[in-house]
Amino acid sequence: MDFSPIFENYPLFLEGLVNTTKLVVSALAIGLLIAVPLAILRTSRNPLVNGPVWAFTYFFRGTPLLVQIFMIYYGLGQLQFVIELSQDWTFLRDAYWYALLAFTLNTAAYTTEIIRGAIEGTPYGEVEAARACGMSKSQTYRRVILPSAFRRALPAYSNEVIFMLHGSVLASVITIVDLLGAARIINSRYLAPYEAFLSVAAIYLCFTFLIVGGFKLLENRWFAHLRPREQTTGKKQTQPA
Amino acid sequence: MKKFISAVFVAAIALGAAQADAKDWKKVRIGVEGAYPPFSSVTSDGKLVGFDIDMANALCDQMKVECELVTQDWDGIIPALQARKYDAIIASMSITEERKKKVDFTNKYYQTPAKFVRKKGSGIEITKDGLKGKTVGVQRATIHDNFVTEVYGDAVEVKRYGTQDEAYLDIAAGRVDLLLADSVALEDGFLKTDSGKDYEFVGPDFTDPKYFGDGAGIAIRKGEDELAEMFNAAIDAIRANGVYKSIQDKYFNFNVYGS
Repeated sequence: MDFSPIFENYPLFLEGLVNTTKLVVSALAIGLLIAVPLAILRTSRNPLVNGPVWAFTYFFRGTPLLVQIFMIYYGLGQLQFVIELSQDWTFLRDAYWYALLAFTLNTAAYTTEIIRGAIEGTPYGEVEAARACGMSKSQTYRRVILPSAFRRALPAYSNEVIFMLHGSVLASVITIVDLLGAARIINSRYLAPYEAFLSVAAIYLCFTFLIVGGFKLLENRWFAHLRPREQTTGKKQTQPA
Repeated sequence: MKKFISAVFVAAIALGAAQADAKDWKKVRIGVEGAYPPFSSVTSDGKLVGFDIDMANALCDQMKVECELVTQDWDGIIPALQARKYDAIIASMSITEERKKKVDFTNKYYQTPAKFVRKKGSGIEITKDGLKGKTVGVQRATIHDNFVTEVYGDAVEVKRYGTQDEAYLDIAAGRVDLLLADSVALEDGFLKTDSGKDYEFVGPDFTDPKYFGDGAGIAIRKGEDELAEMFNAAIDAIRANGVYKSIQDKYFNFNVYGS
């Protein structure tokens, strides 16, 4: 094996790293912003409110991400008005925005269901207590339900973040040079599949490691009240694993 | 007893080796792409058709061997040959120095130039200045990809697709300004179709062997000279007996073999 093509072409991998990071971070951020209100709507008992959100999450969780990307990229590209619009708005010609749209909707659907589950798991006593204190509905959500729901949703959400990172390789099928896209270019130019794909596998591994570590820190912080109490003997305690 | 078992092993290994040595190619598996009209495509009912496909069948008839066609995406077409998923590639693969490092080639079985395609009325010219800031669509890992990346790489943005068909979709959607590909593939696969009617050829025929190689050949794993010889003899034979010409006339109205 000869890894020199990888090192010689490191700017390409850097470009891929930047594109992957940009795509994943923005899709997750926008997706989460959409998911919180949707999750609240989804817990509504009124079918007119709950139904459309259910349909949205059902569709995006029920179809493969690759199919969604093809539908959004090649499907929208067939529509006459999109073709005309993209004459003036050149950003519509850029595959990046189509991938971002597909990823955002996909992660929003999964996150909505994760948060809905967490909201529905709120112990009813907490809600009753909030009511008894005279909190309005929105205050109850803001001060009681959502903070505890986020806590409960955290482990499941960390999985969603990792899935999104790994799903982002699909951007490379619609011409985006993400990490896998860079590897495919190197593979095709040097006919070196092992070197190219092993290198990106290592980068994804590091990425996942960072994400897992980040969530671990967050969990330690958010679940601090659930840990056994630290003894106050003066000496510094090591953290329980 | 132990001796007997090891003797059996030795015999079995020797037998296996002898068989591998004397392989007389009763059956040849051939890798094709299936997404590159008019050379290789899949019809709506799932049948493989095209010049490459007819060529593969004619060569197998000539060599008196049984053929099995295996479709494989372009990206992985050489690794799959090396992984012994098939024994030869007949997929309009240009004979280039870069590829010769990994596989052996037969003599060419056709040779056509590469050309750019633009939208009618766009007025794009094929010069460094004319191409500045334009987007060019190519199929990833092709001679066209290498050429445009090396020669015009700092002037244009190169968009790379897995198949030629996807590039046709994107130029029709207005997402790329130009395509660079084999002129025959472009003409029959795109310009003559309904979605290609607003597009036209522009610029010269590109044939520089440095980038475009010596025509399309059949790729074989390194060292299997016997199979390469069989293919070469078969190519000569069907060129001589008129089979080549009848296949050519089915698809093209010019000499596709080149000079």
